[in-house]
Amino acid sequence: MGNWSTLDQIFVILRNWFVDFLPVTLRPAAGAVLGVIAIVCVFPGLFALTTVFERKGLGRMQNRLGPNRVGPFGFFQPIADGIKSLTKEDIVPRDADAVVHFLAPLVLVVAVFMGFAVLPMGRNMVLVDMDAGLLFFFAMGASTELSIFMAGWSSRNKYSILGAMRAVGQMISYEVPLLMSSVVVVMATGSLSLTKIVEAQNHYTGIFPNWYVFTPWGFAAFLMFSIAATAETNRTPFDLPEGESELVAGYFTEYSGFKFALFFLGEYLGMFSISGLGATLFLGGWSAPLSFLNVVPSWIWFFAKVMTAIFIFIWMRGTLPRLRQDQLMNFAWKFVLPFTLLDVMVTALWRFMGPGWARWVVCSVILAGVYVLTARVQMRRKHFGPRSYRYAE
Amino acid sequence: MLGEGIVKGMLETAKNFAGSFVSEERLTTVEYPEERIPTAEAARVFPFLVYDGPEWEAGLRCVACQICEKECPPKCIYIEKSKDKKPDFVGKMQIYPARFDIDISVCMSCQICVEVCPFEAIKMDTQFELATDDRFGGLLLDCKELAKSNEYYHEIHPTEAAEVDARLAQEKAAAEAKAKAAAEAAAAKAAADAAAKAATPKPEPPPAGGV
Repeated sequence: MGNWSTLDQIFVILRNWFVDFLPVTLRPAAGAVLGVIAIVCVFPGLFALTTVFERKGLGRMQNRLGPNRVGPFGFFQPIADGIKSLTKEDIVPRDADAVVHFLAPLVLVVAVFMGFAVLPMGRNMVLVDMDAGLLFFFAMGASTELSIFMAGWSSRNKYSILGAMRAVGQMISYEVPLLMSSVVVVMATGSLSLTKIVEAQNHYTGIFPNWYVFTPWGFAAFLMFSIAATAETNRTPFDLPEGESELVAGYFTEYSGFKFALFFLGEYLGMFSISGLGATLFLGGWSAPLSFLNVVPSWIWFFAKVMTAIFIFIWMRGTLPRLRQDQLMNFAWKFVLPFTLLDVMVTALWRFMGPGWARWVVCSVILAGVYVLTARVQMRRKHFGPRSYRYAE
Repeated sequence: MLGEGIVKGMLETAKNFAGSFVSEERLTTVEYPEERIPTAEAARVFPFLVYDGPEWEAGLRCVACQICEKECPPKCIYIEKSKDKKPDFVGKMQIYPARFDIDISVCMSCQICVEVCPFEAIKMDTQFELATDDRFGGLLLDCKELAKSNEYYHEIHPTEAAEVDARLAQEKAAAEAKAKAAAEAAAAKAAADAAAKAATPKPEPPPAGGV
């Protein structure tokens, strides 16, 4: 601290200023509570903004206008949606397991919010600087599966249970490559602490940053991480658990009113947190993309990276059709996972080859070659790729 | 190569995304209540009753023949005949509908009433903004609500209305010609009768007296 600009540290300064009014014994707790309040306010606010931007952006991709009725350019649409979901009847199916049905959305939102605790959102801006922050994040991310299965199981509806089964299968399958692609970053940094990972990337060669995405293994890991993250958050093309055209709304078919809104919120918060993690691991977290851009506050860079990732999520949703279940599983186990495992080896190679240009060439050639070859073989065997019909023409 | 198609697709949507801000013709959306596209000439929603002249009650073409009421598949038309008569467009005395109701919540816009009507009295309207907060009374249209002028008919279906007008004029001309012919024939007959009466000698009165 100290030599960074006031604007960069504005939130830290504000928190300290506020906390100083309290007796010393209360200060740590008050600081934590303030941080929690900030997270709980900022991200749902972003969620509201994102929903309207998503609808408008998707509209533009389909040459439509998107919502433009409520407020200027339709930007008050989330308020109208919020009022609608709050005033709607909250229906619980007669045969549903009422307690679990009630708890599922809460568990989802709480688990997703916990993930934000360890994300460094700016210089000195992290709620809990945990040594095993990455581990904590994945533990919390994995417990969202529990809430999804709770929702699907307790609803006692075939569409819900189908959606929940798909969700569990998909999320467990993609949890593995998600972890493996993060492991390479841990190998390179030598720490599970997310603040340390950001620090390790926050230095520049000339004006260019040393982000992990700009190394061969980092780029490969980033690609696999993005794929796995998309699947983890149930976004298109991996939105089988919701599959609105086949399963109504998947695991939250039987939810209405505010519980439905909570699931919706949980999905978007999951997108924010996984994007934040991706930015932290590969895109240098809150560090500026060029050295002279450090005058811009660090938290702006973090949120800019998150929102860029969100835009790419929306862009993919506007482009890609949904995968079939077997394509999804084949892709996870036969392509993404082996490739991330290879990437772990390549990272080790990179580490032991020491600095120099040789490791750039060797690692790039190995990764690109394996990518092209496995993809070609798998495409030929139709493990993924165009659909083939055995009995129907 | 794997991923090539994804990149291609992403570029396509990106082109659409950027293009929709630049070129207006990409956006086909018509923002309905403010701007609207004119309805097609053949558009049809619910039936209405055509009247000639300025007065709807006097000019109503319907003669309460009840064919439409009988033919209507969902039975949404209700007609009560009048006790007295009024002249139709030809001038012939006809009964008229004392009550003519169409329940547009029942009507299925099949146009059969229009096809069976021998008097060109019922036609299809293009008015579709019929939402109401009264689901029973508001959707049961009476004679007055159904009556629309022939000019309005010309406005919404110009070609069809012109054909109908030509046909009605022809019918009227034919009726007039017939009436004239009949009148002439009657006159001729009367004249002939008169002439015959004049020509034939009066029967001799029987001679009076004399035995």
